[in-house]
Amino acid sequence: MSRINDVGGMAGFPAIIEEPDEPPFHSDWEAHVFALNGALIKRGVYNLDEFRDAQERLPVERYLAASYYERWFAAITTLLAEKGVADAAELELPHGH
Amino acid sequence: MSGDHSSSVISAEVRHVEALLEARGLLDAGEIDTRIDEFLAGGTPANGARIVARAWVDPGFAARLLADANAAIREVGLSMAGGLQEQRLKVVANTEQQHNVVVCTLCSCYPIALLGPSPSWYKSEAYRSRVVRDPRGVLAEFGLELPAGTSIAVWDASAESRYMVLPRRPEGTGSLSEEELAALVTRKGLIGTAAV
Repeated sequence: MSRINDVGGMAGFPAIIEEPDEPPFHSDWEAHVFALNGALIKRGVYNLDEFRDAQERLPVERYLAASYYERWFAAITTLLAEKGVADAAELELPHGH
Repeated sequence: MSGDHSSSVISAEVRHVEALLEARGLLDAGEIDTRIDEFLAGGTPANGARIVARAWVDPGFAARLLADANAAIREVGLSMAGGLQEQRLKVVANTEQQHNVVVCTLCSCYPIALLGPSPSWYKSEAYRSRVVRDPRGVLAEFGLELPAGTSIAVWDASAESRYMVLPRRPEGTGSLSEEELAALVTRKGLIGTAAV
């Protein structure tokens, strides 16, 4: 069964929008997420296929609502919890922040 | 991580995870900044443009490029091995009979080493879903109206295989230097959503 990321040929998405002079990242945190993923793959915490899989199995509504790098960060935290690097509660911001 | 999260909340979340990983020895202080700097200093569409210009002026290079792009781009000092894993590169040449356009329907696979970070439209569900169903219509939206007799090949990239388009050399450019030719080539031309 295909997953929500498998959109080839699917109808119903909005028009394609080009952003003139688009920067590589739209904010610092996006660059940090990008670099964090590379660092974790290089260390062997998980591999590229696992990273893609973690994005593709996000719940459909979450996948569609998230921006590109929000999906990346969701996949990273999912894998950190599943690999036992940290439990899910530790990965969340402490209360009061 | 819904789309409703404000940028400041997700910024704090990312910093929190980085600090946690540093504390557990899985991330070195400064490693993130170094990686960002290296990435931003790396691939740009100028790399792809340089390959195209060489192919336009050197038919032998063009033939080698189309036969084995991974080997050929090493001749101009570029490589597909600099990322997380070596990716196979296939360069597809536009002709009068066939135009080529690249997509990654499943996610956002893209020859970053040659073109730099991909534009958001390339990663959008809109482009990924539609360019395989109606490539002629999508290209027209980008301002590229192809003759009815020109067929369109859509190349779907994957984690292991990346594609780059070799545009047709514009007419009237016979007197231009290789460097001047490279300056004519755009990122969209290398993806296939523009003629050059």
